[in-house]
Order: sequence, then C-alpha cells, then structure tokens
Amino acid sequence: MKFSIVVFPGSNCERDCEHVARELLGCETEYVWHAETDLKGADVVIIPGGFAYGDYLRAGALARFSPVMESVGRFAKAGGPVLGICNGFQVLLEAGLLPGAMRVNRGLRYVCRDVHMRVESRDTPFTRLFDEGSVVRMPIGHMEGNYTAPQSTLDELEREGRVIFRYSDESGAITDSGNPNGADRGIAGICNRERNVVGLMPHPDRCSEALLGNDAGLKMFQSAVQTPASR
Amino acid sequence: MKVEVRVYPREGILDPQGKAIAAALVRLGHVSVEGVRAGKVFFLDVTGEDKSKVEAEARRMAEELLANTVIEGYDVRVL
Repeated sequence: MKFSIVVFPGSNCERDCEHVARELLGCETEYVWHAETDLKGADVVIIPGGFAYGDYLRAGALARFSPVMESVGRFAKAGGPVLGICNGFQVLLEAGLLPGAMRVNRGLRYVCRDVHMRVESRDTPFTRLFDEGSVVRMPIGHMEGNYTAPQSTLDELEREGRVIFRYSDESGAITDSGNPNGADRGIAGICNRERNVVGLMPHPDRCSEALLGNDAGLKMFQSAVQTPASR
Repeated sequence: MKVEVRVYPREGILDPQGKAIAAALVRLGHVSVEGVRAGKVFFLDVTGEDKSKVEAEARRMAEELLANTVIEGYDVRVL
C-alpha cells in the first residue's frame, strides 16, 4: 500500500501526512515534487495542506498548472483515491477535480482552531470506517475555507450524497455558530461524482495519534488502507 | 499594447471583504455608501497590433486563470 504525497513549493503538511501513513500505519510513502509526472506507483494520492505557490492570485490557482496535476487528474479518472486536505482541497477545486470555489472566511480572519463536523457519508475511500451521523473533532487552519458553488451544484451535491463532512456543534446539530468560515450549507468536505476524489478543509493529518490529544483523523487514512483497490 | 483586466466578485456572491470595507467607510462618516465589492486589477503588457485579437486573448486569460468564474466576473479593456 503506497501513499504518494504531492509537494508544491509552499506545501507544508507533507511530513504530517507521511508520518501518519508511514509511521502510524506502516505503509510505503513517496513524495512527488510538483514538477514530476510519475506518481511512483501510488495506491492513494494526497494533496497536503500549506500555501502552494504562496497562494498567489487565489489559493490553489497556480498549483493546478504544475505538471504533476495532469498525472493526478489521470489517476483520479482511472478511479484512484485522491484526498485533498485544506490547501489540497483548494487545489482540487481550482483544478476542476471537485466543483465549487473558496471565498475568504466570512470573518476575514485566518481561523486556527478545532471544529466539529458531522460525517454525512461513509461512501468514499476515506470515510468508510466512520459511522454516518457521528461527530468528529478536527483542527482547521485557513483563511479561504468559505465554500460556495452555484445553487444547482449545491443541490446536486446534496442529492447525490456528496457532502461528506458538514460543520456542526458538538452534538452534531448544523448551526451557524458551528460554522467557522461561512461555508454554504456548512460544507466542510465533498467528493466527486465517482466518489474517489475527496477534499476537506479540516486537517485529519494533524489529529491522527493520541499523543497529540486527538486521533479522530487516523480513520481517514485507515479507511484508504482498507479500501480494496478499485482500479 | 496595454490591457487592463478587472476581476471582481459576481453580483449576488457574498463578498466578506467588500462588506467589511463598506462598514469601515460608513464608520468613517461616509454614510452614503450602500455597498462595496472588492476586486483586483491586472495591468498586462501584450504584444500585438490587432486590438480585437488582443482583447479576445485577454478574455481567454481571464477565463483560464485570472478569474475563477464560479465566483468572479471580469471585464477587459485594451488601452
């Protein structure tokens, strides 16, 4: 089982992801520099958090033109599981692998704290081990996490069960005060129509071992390990 | 040729930045301000003779990169 982790100039969470996959789950890992096109035999591709290309122009906007993204696109099209975390989610949106866009947080501030989310769907390679409707706590750290899309796209995401995580309060109720950035319909994470590409703003990589006070994120990586290769 | 591309939040798209600027202007006493949308301007230097060709190309640049058309509109002016 091999996780390939894409590294852009400005990525800064690739080691967190590597640590979880390699040290905690005993999987093989490879870094793939943005200028490379070989995903090195990946079973799973992760686009980690950070500030690819300094977030110039818009978060994720320039990363999408990196050579590696063509390979990631082909991998995704062939059914390979792809997870975009935080800035990685923004890159997947700009690359058109997931629908919608990010606005600046409604409070106009970088928000760095734990949030609660309700698990809306376990039908992805990264959420199989969660219980639907359960509440997980994960940290966020972002300035542009205020998800939006045309109404018709939002309705389609809802209809097809493609909202994977939704910001909630501790009890799982979807409230405005539980929404840290103003995202439409409290959306924290979504998947594509084929369900193999998932993006979320919170950081499972930063909460994957008890030593750090929270291991809620580990299940996302474990889910990917236990998902039989569907390609 | 000089080309100016303006990119701005689409009408109806929540613009937290514009909202905050509008509130600040009102606080400064500019109570006539009813709304602000905050965008970006790109000043491009482009080679070419044919104004309409340059404009068409600048439009493609806006569609492909300068604007995220999910949330932003744009206009192009060849100077």
